Amino acid sequence: MLEVSGVSQLFGGVIALDRVSFTIAKGDITGVIGPNGAGKTTLFNIITGIYTRTAGKVVLEGTDVSGLPPERLARLGLVRTFQNIELFGGMTVHENVMVGMHTKSSSGLLACALKMPWSVAEERRIRDNSLKWLDFTGISDLAETTAANLPFGQGRLLEIARALAVEPRVILMDEPAAGLNNQETLALSRLIERIRATGITVVLVEHDMELVMEICDRIVVLNLGKKLAEGTPRETQDNPEVIAAYLGEDE
Amino acid sequence: MGKGRGESLLVETGYSMQFSQILQYLLSGLSIGAIYALIGVGFSIIYNATGIINFAQGEFVMLGGMLTLFFLEMLKFPLWLAIPCAIAASTAAGILFERLAIRPLRRPTPINLVILTIGGSILIRGLAMLVWGKDTHAIPSFSGDEPISIGGATILPQHLWILGVTLLMVSVNKFYFNRTISGKAMRACAYNRRAASLVGIDVRRMVMLSFAISSAMGAVAGIIVAPLTMVAYDVGGMLGLKGFCAAIVGGMSSGIPTVMGGLILGVLESMGAGLISSGYKDAIAFIVLLLLLFLRPQGLFGKPESERV
Amino acid sequence: MKRELLKFLAFALFVCLVPLACRGGYLINVLLFVGINTMLAIALNLLLGYAGQISLGHAGFFGLGAYLSGILTVTYGWNPWLAMPAAAALVGCLAGLLGFPILKLRGHYLAMATLGMGIIIYIVFNETIELTGGPSGLSGIANLSIGSLTFDSDCKNYYLVWFFALVTVLFSLNVANSRIGRALKAINDSEVAARVVGVNARLLKVQIFALSAIICSLAGSLYAHCMTFISPASFGFNFSVELLTMVVIGGLGSVYGPFLGAALLTLLPEILRGANDYDIVIYGALLVLMVMFMPGGLVRGFPELRRRLAKRKGGVEHA
Repeated sequence: MLEVSGVSQLFGGVIALDRVSFTIAKGDITGVIGPNGAGKTTLFNIITGIYTRTAGKVVLEGTDVSGLPPERLARLGLVRTFQNIELFGGMTVHENVMVGMHTKSSSGLLACALKMPWSVAEERRIRDNSLKWLDFTGISDLAETTAANLPFGQGRLLEIARALAVEPRVILMDEPAAGLNNQETLALSRLIERIRATGITVVLVEHDMELVMEICDRIVVLNLGKKLAEGTPRETQDNPEVIAAYLGEDE
Repeated sequence: MGKGRGESLLVETGYSMQFSQILQYLLSGLSIGAIYALIGVGFSIIYNATGIINFAQGEFVMLGGMLTLFFLEMLKFPLWLAIPCAIAASTAAGILFERLAIRPLRRPTPINLVILTIGGSILIRGLAMLVWGKDTHAIPSFSGDEPISIGGATILPQHLWILGVTLLMVSVNKFYFNRTISGKAMRACAYNRRAASLVGIDVRRMVMLSFAISSAMGAVAGIIVAPLTMVAYDVGGMLGLKGFCAAIVGGMSSGIPTVMGGLILGVLESMGAGLISSGYKDAIAFIVLLLLLFLRPQGLFGKPESERV
Repeated sequence: MKRELLKFLAFALFVCLVPLACRGGYLINVLLFVGINTMLAIALNLLLGYAGQISLGHAGFFGLGAYLSGILTVTYGWNPWLAMPAAAALVGCLAGLLGFPILKLRGHYLAMATLGMGIIIYIVFNETIELTGGPSGLSGIANLSIGSLTFDSDCKNYYLVWFFALVTVLFSLNVANSRIGRALKAINDSEVAARVVGVNARLLKVQIFALSAIICSLAGSLYAHCMTFISPASFGFNFSVELLTMVVIGGLGSVYGPFLGAALLTLLPEILRGANDYDIVIYGALLVLMVMFMPGGLVRGFPELRRRLAKRKGGVEHA
């Protein structure tokens, strides 16, 4: 499904990632973990086209997508969420999700400006279909709230709803549980499982080990820019190298 | 520019005339370039300390000239006293601008800051027009108008003043940023404002200081160029923009690269005006600006930086 | 949606009836300028208010439209109705080409690059004397006409200009409430998030830049054909700033805000007649005060101000 091979990244003279390779299977929930500074977010930024990598390859279902910009990746079915949620603060919750359907609609600037019949029909379809994702994430009652006024937890749900509206094949989540309380984290893990049940492959970077161990099918461990281990939650938990890497960390 | 006076003295022919003419353009280009450099350094100091491009920078250049004139004519001060008074008054205006407009801004997005500083610039220009009128005024040269001949080209003593004062200002600047506590603190702010405030640097004072220094530098530039170009309420706009072009060429450095940027622009303009067409003179700086922004936004001398989101 | 349409129809009716209220010929001339400036302010607002990209060079596009129309009709004898779209198409292409490198820049750098572009265009107007007439201007531009109806009086031109202005309002209303409008606002709020969900930010910014330039060009053509005389002085940096002021005062990202700003700034000098020299001071002060105290513009500013005052009052009562 998603294949990362030999990805390296240099910042100035610092090696942030060193020949990282792994494969993610279709329909899996995969966790990328590692101590602070392991290069997890950098890896995400490379896969999603936000940084250009120094070397290596990213392959999505047989297509080489390395170096493609994020908007192209979204069209190919790869989307992400951010650690410090990035919402369109000036718009309502509903409108945020409607932007998520951008790739599923096609009226151009002129068609919209002239209100051509097909763009009007499309607009109606976007408006109606986007409600589905508000329902899915359980924020329908907030549809007309301005996104900037949402509490953090619901902002995170909105970000996920917006990403789902792209109808992706893979969704990458950067620390989805960060800043959530216990109850919200629990609801999040249920939501992630429901996302996977719709056939979407899920990849997450996460610090909350409980969450990772509970919902992930496979785990990739990074340390100091290198891949340290890969396997089922059980295997990685028992891996002495992984334990060593985490010793000295507070967690 | 006093260039006409110099050119009329060129009566030689053939190769040597070519040479002396080019030397002439070079010299007058360097002196106007020095002015751009001073203004550009002022731009960069504020930008580095605050991330703001102060579109009102040019108005302090105008204030320098106009205030000197005011102290000379209205208060009958001698030149040596009028100049420091003008610099002090312009600096005060710069500090006032920061305190009254920039600091209280509630939503300091780049666009709001652009609009605010443009508004400030128009306001200062308008007030100057109300106070001093629309006339263009002359300021006496610092030490006479006796032309000096160098290798067939002719320059005025004021040109030497410009180059000398610029050199002095740049050295003082360098000393300040490298050797004094307050200068180092300001550099720290430029690198990382939050970290600077964590180690006990009063960032707000540094911001104010950056406005003070750069308005003082603008005023100095305005004063030393005034005897050559005359002053009016509206001279600030174009000079300020050219200064900004210099800063872009120098990659927004507050040191030598921006000075080089100013000098390069000045020489290009003077050569372009002399050899191609004087009408397009003002366009040259902006064409250079656009090309650099498109091709090398890090400046002519900078290394490309890997961008981190 | 229905309410939007009613609001627009009310606005259009208002525009049609205004000339009846002022029989004097001079005021109608000023109101005609309000129409042209409304078009320009809406054009800039599409770029700045929605996509969040500043331009300090829009006077240049306005001027290009005016000069291209003028030159094509005067020097080459084109029909004005042909010259107008030709000018708009050329300006659109130019803006599209320039847009790619320019809109890569952000914030202050974008402001400076567009400013430089505007100044270069202005200098070209002044210096290509055999084409434009240079600083002394270009005269003898024909009025527009339909059949035997020639738009040669202020009153006729008022309706002509406002026809185009109303179409522009409708245009921007439609864009604002469409997927493109939402995508533009998304770019403004968080470009990276917009791109991640598939919005091609680069391309869309260039498109809206070009559309905005085309509207300016059309306004310029109308200006040239109404005035029959143009000179570079109308298209300088100061006018770009005036346009910016209109949009900011009216309210960024609102549809009727630019109209309010355009009306206020066009009528202001007329109201302040006699105090002629003060207008530059007032512009400056308006810009500064608006950004400091009413960053949402008049459209949003008054409700917000009222709310804040009410809150303060409430606070006092509590204390």
